[in-house]
Amino acid sequence: MSQARGREVWQWLRYAFCAVMLVLILLPLVWTVFLSLRSNIDLMRQAPLSLFGPYTLGNYGELLKNQTLFRWFFNSMIVSGFSVAGVLVLSSLAGYAFGRLHFPFRNWLYVFVLMGLAIPDQSVILTRHHIFSTLHWHNTYLALILPGLSAPLGVFLMTETFRAIPKGMEDAARLDRASPLMVFWKILLPQTLPAQASLGIYTFLLSWNDYWWPLISATRPDMFTLTEGMAAAQTNYAEVTGMGVLMAEAVLAGLPVLIIYIAFQKHIVSAITGMVKL
Amino acid sequence: MTTRGAPKGWGNLLFALPFLAVYLWLLVYPLLAGIRLSLYRANLFGGEHFIGFENYARLFRDRTFIQALGNSLLFVVLTVPLLIVLALGLALALNRGTRFAGFMRSVVFASSVLSVTVLTIIWRQILVPDGGLISHFSRLIGQTPVAFLNDPKLVLPSLAIITVWWSLGLPMILFLSALQQAPRSVYEAAALDRATPWSIFRRITLPAVMPAVILVAAYECALQFQVFGQPQLLTQGGPNGASRPLVLYIYETGFNHWDIGYAAAASQMLFALILVVSLVPQAGRWLIRGRA
Repeated sequence: MSQARGREVWQWLRYAFCAVMLVLILLPLVWTVFLSLRSNIDLMRQAPLSLFGPYTLGNYGELLKNQTLFRWFFNSMIVSGFSVAGVLVLSSLAGYAFGRLHFPFRNWLYVFVLMGLAIPDQSVILTRHHIFSTLHWHNTYLALILPGLSAPLGVFLMTETFRAIPKGMEDAARLDRASPLMVFWKILLPQTLPAQASLGIYTFLLSWNDYWWPLISATRPDMFTLTEGMAAAQTNYAEVTGMGVLMAEAVLAGLPVLIIYIAFQKHIVSAITGMVKL
Repeated sequence: MTTRGAPKGWGNLLFALPFLAVYLWLLVYPLLAGIRLSLYRANLFGGEHFIGFENYARLFRDRTFIQALGNSLLFVVLTVPLLIVLALGLALALNRGTRFAGFMRSVVFASSVLSVTVLTIIWRQILVPDGGLISHFSRLIGQTPVAFLNDPKLVLPSLAIITVWWSLGLPMILFLSALQQAPRSVYEAAALDRATPWSIFRRITLPAVMPAVILVAAYECALQFQVFGQPQLLTQGGPNGASRPLVLYIYETGFNHWDIGYAAAASQMLFALILVVSLVPQAGRWLIRGRA
C-alpha cells in the first residue's frame, strides 16, 4: 500500500517539476514577444504594463523599412548556405577516404584530424585573424565561410557513417572496374543522405549563430551577419530605434532558427547523439 | 584479373586532401603560429622580437588576467553542476512516449537554437531594474528591484542562470538517449521485486546514465570555460571586471589593445586548460568502457 503511495508522490513531484520548468523556459520567450507588440512610447513610460494592451504591430512594420536588417539576413543566408555546402562536400570526401579506402598512414592521419576537435576557435583567433588580414580578405563572404570548414567534427561524423555501410556494397561495382569516384558517387553517397541532412542542419545552425568570428572578421556594418547585427542593434537601440523595435528584431532573428528546428528536430537530435560515439 | 578488398595507394588520399588542406591552413597552422607568437613581444604594427616565456610570466603577475581566469573557473562551477542536475531531472521526467513529454522535450531544446545575441536581448529585458520582467514582480511585492548585472556578487550567477536556460537542451538529449539504451527487462524485473523508486534510480538508472553524465560534464566544462558573448554583450565584463571571463580578456588584449603576443600567450593558457578539463573526464570514460 505504501508502495503505491510512494509512487503517487513521485508522480506528483514529476508533474510539479515539469510545470515549473515549462514556465521558466517559456516565460522569457513570451515576455520578448509581449514587449515586441507594445509601442515604444508605451515601453518608455516605466509604468507597469497592462496585459490588456494596447497592442500594436508597429514595431514589425518599422522592421520592414529597415534596409540594413535585410542586408544582414541576406549575409547570414549566404554565409550559412555556403558553409553547409562546403562542410558537406569536404566531410563526405574525407569521410569516404578515411572510412572506406586505404592509403598509407590512413589511421595516423585520421587521429591527427580528430585531435583538432580539442582546439577551440578562441585559441587560434589571433593568427587566424592575421592570415585573413595579410590576404585583405576581412569583410568578405569568403573570410566568413572558410574557418568553419576547418572544423573536424563533420569528417568524424561522415567517417563513422561511411564505415557503418555494410561491407561489400561496392564489390559488384568494383568488378565492373568502376573508379573509386564512381563508387563514391553512385553507390555509397546515396546511403549517407540521412547523415548528410543531420550534419547539414547542425552546420547551418552553428554557422547562423556564430558570433565570435564575424565579430572579429566583419567590421563593416554592411558585412555583418544577422547574429552580429543583433549585437550592434542592442548596444545602440536607445538612440536609433527604441526598445519595441529591438524586441521585434530579436523575434525576427530567432524565428528562422526556431522554424528550422521545429521542421528538422529529428535530424538535430541525431546529429547530437551521433557525436557521442567518439 | 584479381579483385582485392578495397583499393590501396596514394591516389585515395586525394579524397581527403581538400579537407586536410583547409584543416592545416586554418586550424593547425594558426595553433602552431599562435604558440610561436606567444614567445614574442608583438603588436599590430609589425614590431616583433623574441622574449621567451616573458609573456607567460607577465600573465601570472597580471591581476586582470588572474581575475578573468578565476571568473571563467567560477562560471564553470556555477553552470555545469546545475546544468547536469536539471537536465538529468528533465530527462528522467520526460523519458516516456506521451504527447506532453514530446512537446516538453521540444520546448526545452528550443532555446538552444537561439544565438547568443538574441539570448542577451531577451534576458536584458528580464534582468534590468527599470522595466525588466523581474523588476515588475519585485514591485508587485513591494521590493526595490535588484540590479542583477551591476552587482559584483550577483553578476556571474545571473549570467550562469541565463546560460543554463540556454544550454539545457543538449545535455537533456544525451541523457535521454542514454536512458533509452538501458534495457527494459531490468526495470521490469525491479518492478516485480517491488524495488522502491529511489533504489531503482540508484541501482539501475544512475549506472546507465553515468557515462553520459561524464561526457556532458567534460563537454560543458570545455564549452562554458569559453564563455564570451553573454558578458561581452550584457556587462562588458563589469562591474570592475567582476564578469570578465578569459575569452573576453583575450579579445580585449588582442583586438582593443593590439598586444597580440601577450594575447596569444593568454590563448595558449585557454587551450591548455580546455585540454585538461576535457581530457580528464574523457580518460575516465575510456577507463569505464575498457572495464565493461
